[in-house]
Amino acid sequence: MNQIEDSAVRSPWRRRFLVVGTLAASGLAVGLWRFYREGDRLTPPPGLKAGEGNALLTAWIQVGTDELITVHVPRQEMGQGITTTLPMLVAEEMDADPAQMRFVQAPVDPVFANATMVGDGVPFRHDDDGWLARTARTTQTRFGALLGVQGTGGSTSVRDGWLPMRRAGATARAMLVSAAAERFGVPASECVVEKGAVSHPASGKTASFGALAASAGQRPIPRDVALKTPAQFRILGTSPPRIDIPSKTDGSAIFGSDVRLPGMRHAVLVQCPVFGGTLKSFDASAAQKMPGVRAVLPLARTATSAAAVAVVADHHWQARKALAAVTVTWDEGPAAGHDTTIQRERYRALLRDGDARVYDEAGEIENALAAPPILVDSEYFAPYLAHATMEPVNATAIVRRDGTCEVWVGNQAPTLVKWFAAQAAGVDTDRVTVHTPYLGGGFGRRIEMDVVLQAVTLARSLPDTPVQLLWSREDDMQHDVYRPMAAARMQAALDSSGRVIGWAARVVSQSCTGEFSARLLPAAASDAMKDKTTTEGLFDLPYRLPNRRTSHVLTHEPVPVGYWRSVGHSHNAFFAESFVDECAAAAKRDPVEFRRALLADAPRHRQVLEVAAARAGWGSPLPAGTGRGVALAESFHSIVAQVAEVEIVDGLPVVRRVVCAIDCGFALHPDTVVAQMESAIVFGLTAALHGEITTKDGRVQQGNFGDYPLLRLADTPDIEVLIVNSGVEHLGGVGEPGTPPVAPAVCNAIFAATGKRIRSLPIRVA
Amino acid sequence: MKTLTVNGTPREVDADDDTPLLWVLRDQLGLTGSKFGCGVGLCGACVVHVDGAPVRACVLPLEACAGRAVTTIEGLATDGRPHPLQTAWIAHQVPQCGYCQSGMIMAAAALLAEKPVPSDEDIEVAITNLCRCGTYPRVRRAIRAVADGHTNS
Repeated sequence: MNQIEDSAVRSPWRRRFLVVGTLAASGLAVGLWRFYREGDRLTPPPGLKAGEGNALLTAWIQVGTDELITVHVPRQEMGQGITTTLPMLVAEEMDADPAQMRFVQAPVDPVFANATMVGDGVPFRHDDDGWLARTARTTQTRFGALLGVQGTGGSTSVRDGWLPMRRAGATARAMLVSAAAERFGVPASECVVEKGAVSHPASGKTASFGALAASAGQRPIPRDVALKTPAQFRILGTSPPRIDIPSKTDGSAIFGSDVRLPGMRHAVLVQCPVFGGTLKSFDASAAQKMPGVRAVLPLARTATSAAAVAVVADHHWQARKALAAVTVTWDEGPAAGHDTTIQRERYRALLRDGDARVYDEAGEIENALAAPPILVDSEYFAPYLAHATMEPVNATAIVRRDGTCEVWVGNQAPTLVKWFAAQAAGVDTDRVTVHTPYLGGGFGRRIEMDVVLQAVTLARSLPDTPVQLLWSREDDMQHDVYRPMAAARMQAALDSSGRVIGWAARVVSQSCTGEFSARLLPAAASDAMKDKTTTEGLFDLPYRLPNRRTSHVLTHEPVPVGYWRSVGHSHNAFFAESFVDECAAAAKRDPVEFRRALLADAPRHRQVLEVAAARAGWGSPLPAGTGRGVALAESFHSIVAQVAEVEIVDGLPVVRRVVCAIDCGFALHPDTVVAQMESAIVFGLTAALHGEITTKDGRVQQGNFGDYPLLRLADTPDIEVLIVNSGVEHLGGVGEPGTPPVAPAVCNAIFAATGKRIRSLPIRVA
Repeated sequence: MKTLTVNGTPREVDADDDTPLLWVLRDQLGLTGSKFGCGVGLCGACVVHVDGAPVRACVLPLEACAGRAVTTIEGLATDGRPHPLQTAWIAHQVPQCGYCQSGMIMAAAALLAEKPVPSDEDIEVAITNLCRCGTYPRVRRAIRAVADGHTNS
C-alpha cells in the first residue's frame, strides 16, 4: 500500500465520513442539531483580515473607503455566474448599489461550508415529508455543516447561500446604520439606506458606506437582524452585468492553467492507459538529457489517481517533447480486457436477472403488470460520457522546505484540495493554502482530486519550486471520471382507457456517490448506502402512478464514474420521458395531454409544461419531415419543460428550435437563468447527438474532439427560455436542470417526425 | 533566436523551431489570454491573428512566425479602446466560464475584418470554435450586433 492510501486511512476525516454515512443513512443521530447553529456563520474565522482600506463586516463582507464592497464568495466560478448572483444576495440586504459589488474567493473555512450539497444526497423523494425522510434530510444537512466542506455542485449555491448571505448583508447594513446614527446623533430607526449610503432625512445628513466602514467594523456583530420580504427586493430579480465578464473578453481572467509564478516549472505526464494498471518500469535516460528537463518522476497509482510518469521542464513544450522520449512499461492489471460492448450486453442481462434494490414502491405493482389491457415494455441505454471541460485538468503547487504548501487549482471543493494537498505534501492541513482561480468549465469534473494529488506529489520532489501540471486533451478524455453507462427496463400497464395503472423502472449502473466516496476514502468504500443519483428522476417522478416501483442493480466496473452535469437525471430523464411518450402513443393520446392528466397532483409541473407547450405552438402544423417533442423533468428542486423541433435532413436529425420553461421558484438573476438554460441545452444536445465514451482492450477509444465532438455554433438551434416564478419558498438550482429534458424532447420529436423510437443514446437514426 | 512582432512590439524568442506559437506566447512571453484546449487545432481556444489572419496557435510552429506580426486577445484593443466585439461581448453577457472566449473573439474579429457585414451563414462557417458552456446563441447575437451597427453607421 502506498503512502497516500495509508495517510487517508489515518485521517480523522475518514472517521467523520463514516459517521456521516452511517448515521445519515439510517436517519438516526437525533440531537446533533447543536452542532449546527446558523448564527455562527456571521463571525469571521480566526485569521481572516480585511484588505488595506477595508473593514470586515461579518465573515462575508469587506467595505472599503473606495466604496467597493467585496463579498467573500464561498463557491467557485465555473461559468454559472455565481460570483455575481451571491454578491447580489448581500447587496440586496445591504441596500448597496450592484455596481459597487466585487468578490474574492472565500478562504477555506467551515463558516463557508455548503451544507445543502450534502443534505440533498438523502435517498428520499424531496416531497416525502415522512418522519424518516425529514430526519435524514435534517441530519445530513447538519452534518454537511459540521463536516464543513466547501464545495460547488448539485446546483445548490443559491439555495445554500440564500439565508446566510442575506443575513450577512442585513447584519452589515445594521452595523453601518448604527455607525451613521452615532455620527449623526440621531436614532438608528430614523436612518434610511439607499444605494450604498445612509441618510437621515429629517436633518439632511448623509454618509456613504465607505465613510462609515471603519467605524462600523468596530461594532459588535448584531444577531437576529430582520431580513427583507420578497416584496421589498429591489436588486434580486434584476440582471445587473456579471462582475467576471469584462475580464473574460480581454484575456486578463486568470484560469488555473494561467497561473504564472517565479521559477515555475511545467509538468506533463503519461498515465497507464488501462484503468487500475500500475507502473512496471520506465526508461528516462534519453528524456533526461533533453533541453530544459529538470526531472522525470514516477507517480504511483492511488485510490484517487492513476499510475503515471511525469516530466518536469522549464517550458511546457520541452516537457511535452521529452515525455515522448520516455519509454514506459505498465502492468495493465485485470481491466486490460475491458470492453464496453461486452459490458452493455451484461447490463442487458442484469435488467432481467440482476439483484435489485428498491428505491421507491407503492401499491401492487406485480398485480398491475400481470395482465393489463395494454402493456408497454421497453429497454433503454445511455453510454459513458466525458466532461470535456474546455480547460484540461491542471494544478499548480509549491511545497516549501519550511513545511508550507500552496496550491492553485480550478476546483469545485477547496476543502478537499486542502486535505489532499496536505496528505501529498506530508504537512498539516493548516499549513496548506488553496487558491481557486477561474475554472475553465467544471460540470462535476473539478470536484475530483486526482490532479491535485499528482501536482503536489511532483512539487514535493522539487522543494521550493512551483510546478504546474497540465494534462493534455487526451489525458483529460481518457482519464476522466465518466457519466455512468446506464441501462433501464421500463414497464407500464395501461387500462383500456389509456390511464397508467402500473409503472416499473429498473436501472443498471455504477454508483457515482459510492465511487466518489471510495476515491476520497478507500477504507470507507461500501455498498451499504443507497445512492439516490442512480435512480433520481425515476423514483421521484411528479406523475400520479398508483402502483409503482423503482429499483436499481448496482455494478462495479473498471471505468470510474463521477458527477456529470445533472448526474443521474442526465440518463434517467431520457428513460422516463421517452417512455412516457411511448405510453402516450400506446394510449393513442397527445403527449402533452397525456402528461397533463398524470400531473393532477402537481400544479407547478403542469404550469411549466403548459407554458412551454403554448410558446412552442404545440399542436400547430409543421412542415413534412419535421416533428415536435416534449419532455418534463424536475431536478435540483427546479422544474423544466422543453419542446424540441427536429427536422430530418438526409436521414439525420437537425434540431431547429428548443423552447424551455423553468420554474426555479424565484429567478434571482433572470439573465443568468436564461444563460444557464441555453448552456444546459447545448450540453444536453452534445450528449444526445454525439456523446459516447467506449473502451476496447481496457482503453478509452476517444481522445480528442475529433472522436468526441461537441456541438458547434452552426448546429445550435434557436433557444427560447421562459421563466415561471412560483415563489421564493420553491427556490431551486439552475446550473443543471436544463440538461435532463433535452435528449428525450429531441428523441420524442424524432418519433413524431418519423415514427421511429430512439431508445439508445447517442441518437443514430440511420 | 527568432524575432516576431507581438501586439505591436518586436520580441526575441529563444525556443526550438517546432515550439507551437501558443506555448511561446503562454510560457515565454507571459501572454496567457490565448488558451490551450486540444493541441491539434480542433477547438479554437488558441486563435490569434498572424498578419491579420486567424490561426490556431497550438499547431503553428515558431519557425513559421519569424518576422511576422502576431496579435493576441491582449492586443485586440487599440489605443486603450476595446474592440467593438469586446464591447458587444459585455453588452450581450456572452462568456460563461470564459475559457474559450479569447479564441472566439479573435475568430470573430478576423471574420469582421474580412467581411464587416457577414451573413448568418458566414458566421456559422467562420466560428467553428468549441464552447462547452454553449454560449453560441450569444456569440451569434454579439457578432450580429457589431455587424449590424456597422451597417447603420
